[in-house]
Amino acid sequence: MSDYNFAYLDEQTKRMIRRALLKAVAIPGYQVPFASREMPMPYGWGTGGVQVTAACLVPEDTLKVIDQGADDTTNAVSIRGFFARVADVATTQRTVEASIIQTRHRIPETPLREDQILVYQVPIPEPLRFLEPRETQTRKMHALAEYVLMHVRLYEDIARHGEIAKSYAYPVRVEGRYVMDPSPIPKFDNPKLGDCPALQLFGAGREQRIYALPPYTRVESLDFEDYPFKASKPDQPCALCGASDSYLDEVITDDAGSRMFVCSDTDYCRERRAAGHRGLMAAPFEDDADAELPQ
Amino acid sequence: MSTPLLETDGLTKRYGSRIGCAGVSFTLWPGEVMGIVGESGSGKSTLLSCLAGHLASDAGQIRYRDRHGETHLPATMSEAARRRLAREEWAYVHQNPRDGLRMGVSAGGNIGEPLMARGQRHYGDIREAALSWLERVEIARDRIDDPPRAFSGGMQQRLQIARALVNNPRLVFMDEPTGGLDVSVQARLLDLLRGLVRDLGLSAVIVTHDLAVVRLLADRLMVMQGGYVVESGLTDQVLDDPQHAYTQLLVSSVLQV
Ligand SMILES: Nc1ncnc2c1ncn2[C@@H]1O[C@H](COP(=O)(O)OP(=O)(O)OP(=O)(O)O)[C@@H](O)[C@H]1O
Ligand SMILES: [Mg+2]
Ligand SMILES: [Zn+2]
Repeated sequence: MSDYNFAYLDEQTKRMIRRALLKAVAIPGYQVPFASREMPMPYGWGTGGVQVTAACLVPEDTLKVIDQGADDTTNAVSIRGFFARVADVATTQRTVEASIIQTRHRIPETPLREDQILVYQVPIPEPLRFLEPRETQTRKMHALAEYVLMHVRLYEDIARHGEIAKSYAYPVRVEGRYVMDPSPIPKFDNPKLGDCPALQLFGAGREQRIYALPPYTRVESLDFEDYPFKASKPDQPCALCGASDSYLDEVITDDAGSRMFVCSDTDYCRERRAAGHRGLMAAPFEDDADAELPQ
Repeated sequence: MSTPLLETDGLTKRYGSRIGCAGVSFTLWPGEVMGIVGESGSGKSTLLSCLAGHLASDAGQIRYRDRHGETHLPATMSEAARRRLAREEWAYVHQNPRDGLRMGVSAGGNIGEPLMARGQRHYGDIREAALSWLERVEIARDRIDDPPRAFSGGMQQRLQIARALVNNPRLVFMDEPTGGLDVSVQARLLDLLRGLVRDLGLSAVIVTHDLAVVRLLADRLMVMQGGYVVESGLTDQVLDDPQHAYTQLLVSSVLQV
């Protein structure tokens, strides 16, 4: 029995969210207020992203949900399960198969396409919040494009740590106008925000804000001329697939505290292994267990 | 001294039925320091806030000529344009350093902010400028990474002055810059201000109720009472030969101290 509408939200709510999305697309990087609804999950679970996804879904969609790059965390599994139930859409763990990808904290390694939408779960949409707690003030700063506080903060970082220490939620300037928080993605992902063929939508449930990057938007990470932005990551290849171009998570492999670095994007890692790539600590890939390990 | 820097004509600001300042007309010439004196509540801060664009006046005009010779009417400009003009041409020194500094940001960050606000994006250059301004306001270079919280009141005020002047403003508004400081600290700050004003050829409007401050810094003087300018002229002339009864009272009460 289904006593809810397609994709859970009623049509009126979806229309309201779509209007906010259209406005967000029309003004890249601008935070559009919307009337966030109660969802059958806690705020920390990305209710903003869930509502955006619900407003975008059509029956033909194929949905992928990732949490820190992985399809199999509790959060990702339940959101995927939720939409499979309330919208009856196809789901996938493969980036290339998905038409909508809801994400928390990562951008997939596999380049996105024009026929894809990336939906971000956003905890705190206001990039100036930690510098200026008053909403009236941050609104004024956005309206006047007075963003000097962001650079003051970067200055303080360099003065204190010798470099810009911020490694997540690294602020960006959109089309030379609005400063935007890209959500807590690692700064390694920042270069993928700009000039991206896919539509990128950001939803913050608790804070009731939606913002967007239309395809092929100019996105610049804030920096100084003599301390240019660097999309850094651990300086080694993935232990499983050998990739040296992907963002890595450090995982502890046994009780003795042995550690290895593996792709945070589980789909990317799996596809590479399926294609025969091997890292130094790779077990033989399940599909071709006979393959030789590299020396 | 061919064209005025700042001109006001009948500048008036009311708070409801109460007068803030009324009918203030004066001309400030490039390189000139204008003092505004008067008792508490006479409208000095109100006038200064109107001049600096922090308060919208109810009547009257302000004309400002920028470094490119272009004339602006701040009252008719958009807020964004007015703030840009202020950023590029003016500086404001508050009586309380807390109002003019970011207390949680290092001294270097405080001095660097106006530079960054105008698009400076070279960390090394910003830091160099901050160091050289610290030196100029007699704060040790090695305090550059300390927050103003860790500074004495006099140091905080000197830091505020460095932050105000780092962008080479043409016009500086100061509201009781030496207020709230010990007498000996005041004297040192006054010395410093006088040196800076002279060396940089600054134009300034300084509000104070301390006649010693205007004696030392101001070329000309306006005396305010109840929101009106009751007397104005060359500083020495006004102080040595006051014409208005109120000014006479003001001068004599200081002399009695
Ligand atoms: N925000 C306000 N609302 C209402 N009245 C105000 C406000 N600010 C100032 N006033 C009034 O306007 C008049 C001028 O005040 P102003 O602060 O300009 O005086 P001042 O000369 O700077 O005094 P002080 O030497 O004490 O700083 C006073 O009567 C004051 O009470
Ligand atoms: Mg005052
Ligand atoms: Zn991998």
